[in-house]
Amino acid sequence: MKFTTLLASAAMALGLASGAMADEKTKVGFVYVGPVGDGGWTYEHNKGRLAVEEEFGDKVETVFVESVPEGPDAERVMTQMALEGADLIFTTSFGYMDPTINVAKKFPNVKFEHATGYKTAENVSVYSARFYEGRAVQGHIAGKMTKSNIIGYIGSYPIPEVIRGINSAYLHAKAVNPDVEFKIIWAYTWFDPAKEADAATVLIEQGADVILQHTDSTAPQAAAQEAGNVVTFGQASDMSEYAPFPRVSSIIDDWAPYYIARTKAVMDGTWESANTWDGIREGMVAIGEISDAVPADVKEEALALKAAMAAGEYHPFTGPIKKQDGSDWLADGETADDGTLAGMNFYVEGLEGEIPQ
Amino acid sequence: MIVLEKRPQPSKAWSYATPLVAVLATMVFGGLLFAILGKNPVEAIGTIFWEPLFGEFAFYYRPQLLVKGAPLVLIAIGLSLGFRAGIWNIGAEGQYIMGAIFGAGAGLAFYPLDAFYIFPIMVIAGAFGGWLWAMIPAFLKVRFGTNEILVSLMLVYVAEQMLASVSLGLLKNPEGFGFPGSRNLQSYDSAHNAELIAGSGMHWGVVTALIAVIFSYVLLNRHMLGFHIRLTGEAPRAAKFAGVNPARLILFCLGLSGALAGLAGMFEVSGPSGVVSIDFNVGYGFTAIIVAFLGRLHPVGILLAGGLMALTYIGGEIAQSQLGLPAAAIQVFQGMLLFFLLAFDLLTNYRIRAARSEVA
Repeated sequence: MKFTTLLASAAMALGLASGAMADEKTKVGFVYVGPVGDGGWTYEHNKGRLAVEEEFGDKVETVFVESVPEGPDAERVMTQMALEGADLIFTTSFGYMDPTINVAKKFPNVKFEHATGYKTAENVSVYSARFYEGRAVQGHIAGKMTKSNIIGYIGSYPIPEVIRGINSAYLHAKAVNPDVEFKIIWAYTWFDPAKEADAATVLIEQGADVILQHTDSTAPQAAAQEAGNVVTFGQASDMSEYAPFPRVSSIIDDWAPYYIARTKAVMDGTWESANTWDGIREGMVAIGEISDAVPADVKEEALALKAAMAAGEYHPFTGPIKKQDGSDWLADGETADDGTLAGMNFYVEGLEGEIPQ
Repeated sequence: MIVLEKRPQPSKAWSYATPLVAVLATMVFGGLLFAILGKNPVEAIGTIFWEPLFGEFAFYYRPQLLVKGAPLVLIAIGLSLGFRAGIWNIGAEGQYIMGAIFGAGAGLAFYPLDAFYIFPIMVIAGAFGGWLWAMIPAFLKVRFGTNEILVSLMLVYVAEQMLASVSLGLLKNPEGFGFPGSRNLQSYDSAHNAELIAGSGMHWGVVTALIAVIFSYVLLNRHMLGFHIRLTGEAPRAAKFAGVNPARLILFCLGLSGALAGLAGMFEVSGPSGVVSIDFNVGYGFTAIIVAFLGRLHPVGILLAGGLMALTYIGGEIAQSQLGLPAAAIQVFQGMLLFFLLAFDLLTNYRIRAARSEVA
């Protein structure tokens, strides 16, 4: 036990020393779950990194490691960055949660920012985006665009973030098209083009003519393009190379303003542990251009929906909403609280199938 | 004109030299690749091989080599026994997963009880889980003559589904706000496979891997069973005459490799990883196949190969963050290693001779 403390403090001292040596530059590390060229999730985080470089120029140095498995490998990569003098480290996947906390304990002077998790500490912040607001817009367009009334949904993992997206999309599709039906496939991956393409193909074969995805590659877009008459939406990134069809719109995660602000805070010494959950209003979630494949009136409605959320006038989870089992969740006019949303592990009424247990 | 001529006897010198030549060739061609990517090749190769061992932060990386290498060695040792006898267990990844599920499950069943016997029970449960999963292809092969390569490989995907299922259901952390993944065994002392000496990287999995190396060496060189394993691989007909029971050998080899893979999974989940999660497995079971061959299916060779593989992983990560090398380049670099090994392996059984082109 004593030896641990000794080693930890030795590591700390070294970390500090090298940190001090390179003090003119603030060093910011990024740990990515996929390759920077995934065209989706990691691609957008990397854009955020580049934005930090552009904003601060010589005053900042950024490093990144891509395709890091969630677990002990992530812990090693973070430790390595901290040892080499990183002042701030962004860990950009849910599965990095425990490793981030472990490493943060050993390096109390390094600031950590963990995306989409819930464990914070003195030097660990969490941040995420209200993707479900974007899903509401998607659901609206999807409900209007489908002719077969079957919407396919490629889920990654059955975690609250993904379930929230499914519920939000379903509620808003259902609102404009009462006959709509969702078919959900769980891919159990964030990034695996082969699996994602398979999932998309299966959904198309089952009659889906709109596909929503919560995975990061453009493989489902390619599968839809091949099928010819299937509508898709860009996920995490604009994926505009598939516009105007099959990709008719997208949810874009814009991390740049947040990354710049947090880096600035470290530079100024004002960084504090925080729990940030921003949406369309703050600009962390953006809606990619709605293409001309969408009828003008639908586009107008979708933009109005977006504007209402940006103004804070509308919450995608506004009652009356029942849970899948028929029990009441939100009363008329009531909006969901963040706690329930953060841990959402149930479907809303009308969705078929069970959340994998 | 160059011709290949089969050697009357496999060359002993080449069988020892090929791994070294392969590593050198990988350095040369890997360096070339890095140069094309616009990085200083000497610096890149240096970072990968030197930095983890002797660099500024080697005090952290050296123990990490043990952590990364131990599961590879443990699994590869088990696989090598079967491979020598021509029994191909390709599904160690699945057995690794099942070992982790069984081991962690056994530990979590006692939560929050504190008792000295919990960890030993987890060890047994982990080995049992891996053994059980390997017994499926073994039994099917013995009983129905199915191909163990296909069955064991396909069972990896079944195991992955089981892993997802328990992460979301049976073993899900009740205090995890609905997120998938088990309780963290690192914060449950009785079940935690902690470092034996803090900061050394030495956990029970490393110790077990070293014991496995010694055990396997003794088995192959000093024991009748080891002789039978070698004989079956090298001369199946002779083995039959010597009275080797093939069914028993299949059950033994697959069972043992499954149990060792299961142990590796159990030590990983209770130690470095801590959590049963959907993404728990990161390919140790597959990489171990490379390690087994890189080590010439020899226990000591496997030990060295496991270390080398761990080195390229850790050095590769350092090269990524320090030099901005893409992850894919590191993977190509690792792939080259196996490629050159197989290529130069040819020289063990063949020799290259310059020959005049003859008219038929």
